[in-house]
Amino acid sequence: MALQSLDIKQRSATTTPSPSERQTVEVAKLIDTTRCIGCKACQVACMEWNDVRDEIGSVDGTYNNPTDLTSSSWTVMRFYEKENNSPFDLEWLIRKDGCMHCADPGCLKACPAPGAIVQYANGIVDFHQENCIGCGYCITGCPFNVPRISKKDSKAYKCTLCSDRVAVGMEPACVKTCPTGAIMFGSKEQMTEQAEHRIGELKGRGHGKAGLYDPAGVGGTHVMYVLKDADDPTQIGLPASPTISALVSVWKGFAKPLATLAMAGVALGSLFHYVTKGPNEVSKEIEDEIEKEDAQ
Amino acid sequence: MIRDPKDLKRYEPAERANHWVVGISFILLALSGLAFFHPAFFPLTQLFGGPTWARIIHPYLGVLMAVSFIALYFRFAHLNKMTPADKEWLGKVGQMVNGDDHNMPEQGKYNGGQKAMFWAMAICMLLMAVSGLLIWRAWFGFDITLVRLGAVVHAAAGAVMIGLIFVHVYAAIWVKGTIRAMWYGTVTRAWAKQHHRGWYRQMTGK
Repeated sequence: MALQSLDIKQRSATTTPSPSERQTVEVAKLIDTTRCIGCKACQVACMEWNDVRDEIGSVDGTYNNPTDLTSSSWTVMRFYEKENNSPFDLEWLIRKDGCMHCADPGCLKACPAPGAIVQYANGIVDFHQENCIGCGYCITGCPFNVPRISKKDSKAYKCTLCSDRVAVGMEPACVKTCPTGAIMFGSKEQMTEQAEHRIGELKGRGHGKAGLYDPAGVGGTHVMYVLKDADDPTQIGLPASPTISALVSVWKGFAKPLATLAMAGVALGSLFHYVTKGPNEVSKEIEDEIEKEDAQ
Repeated sequence: MIRDPKDLKRYEPAERANHWVVGISFILLALSGLAFFHPAFFPLTQLFGGPTWARIIHPYLGVLMAVSFIALYFRFAHLNKMTPADKEWLGKVGQMVNGDDHNMPEQGKYNGGQKAMFWAMAICMLLMAVSGLLIWRAWFGFDITLVRLGAVVHAAAGAVMIGLIFVHVYAAIWVKGTIRAMWYGTVTRAWAKQHHRGWYRQMTGK
């Protein structure tokens, strides 16, 4: 157990309960996209605290830099240019992308390696790379396209919600550094209240579609967004109603224990067929016929 | 080493070697694949030098099995065409399993059950190979929906295939005098007359 102070709610590829005696407050990070100025301080803080450095990339003509999440860029700002009614009515939408820390994590469900992915009792979903085998099933399971396999060590990496800091009572590095207070951290309950308050404010200022992104399809998330236009999260690259793909649920759900029983059934069935019906031997009659032929 | 010069030759050395390359790669694939199929089997990864090695090796073994099965397919496909007698045999398979083969129709080199097994294996092999490539992240990065579909198909076809192989192996154990055909190539005339009379006639001219 990597962090003794954090109890474990779920552990990948493990069918018995994990240590879960203690009661822990469920935490959440709240990202208020309406207060984000796109300064990327959170990206820098993430790199510094976690001591990861991405390769120098190339500019693709947008402010997206790096252009995507990687095994060493666990959070990236994504910039969206939205043209409204006239070309002069342009909105510049910015979202800090990274792991959503789902209550029902698709990555954990898909992972075949025991203990490579854990969900702490406080809701943080963490990858333990020492148990990771590099199969990439977490990517297959994730509804948000977050985990990345490292080219260096073939292990999967993503945002840890600074589980090491949270375990000792500190807020995540991105939260600490955000200059506008757009990233907040606390108990899930507090953060939900905080969001409601902010949404009320936004509505009062004429943003009638403001709302909270805490999608129920994955059981809610421990990273939530305040969105100005919550009716269409896709305009800033968020899935409208994310769920673990039905294919993944079938693959990792009821089918496997059933298939295991069926395989065992065929093997045992064969054994008991042998001991009840006996072997299928050449009949004495035919053996005698052949012997007679040979004697001639 | 010829025990009886009148024994009938059922498989050429190249056919046997080909069969066992498929067989050995299948066993290794099943063991390493089951490890990722359900946590109960995860300790099997220790047979391959640990979980990460099992993950690395598994797909290469898959390529070996796919390639060697293609060779096996072209050796045996023409001998596995279904005939009306095969269908009759399959209709009466319950009696056979029950231990009474007196009412079974005369069979050629392969009976209806063996032919059905051959085609079921061929379909599973195709599904395994295609879905396996879809989820082989070390070399490929397909669209996520295809990868998800590949993962389901791979697991399902794998489970079916393991079940089929249990039946295949058990049938060889159950029918005495069969396994030697795949070890050293021959069967006794009595065995052939009992189980594959059409083939027996063809081979002996009787």
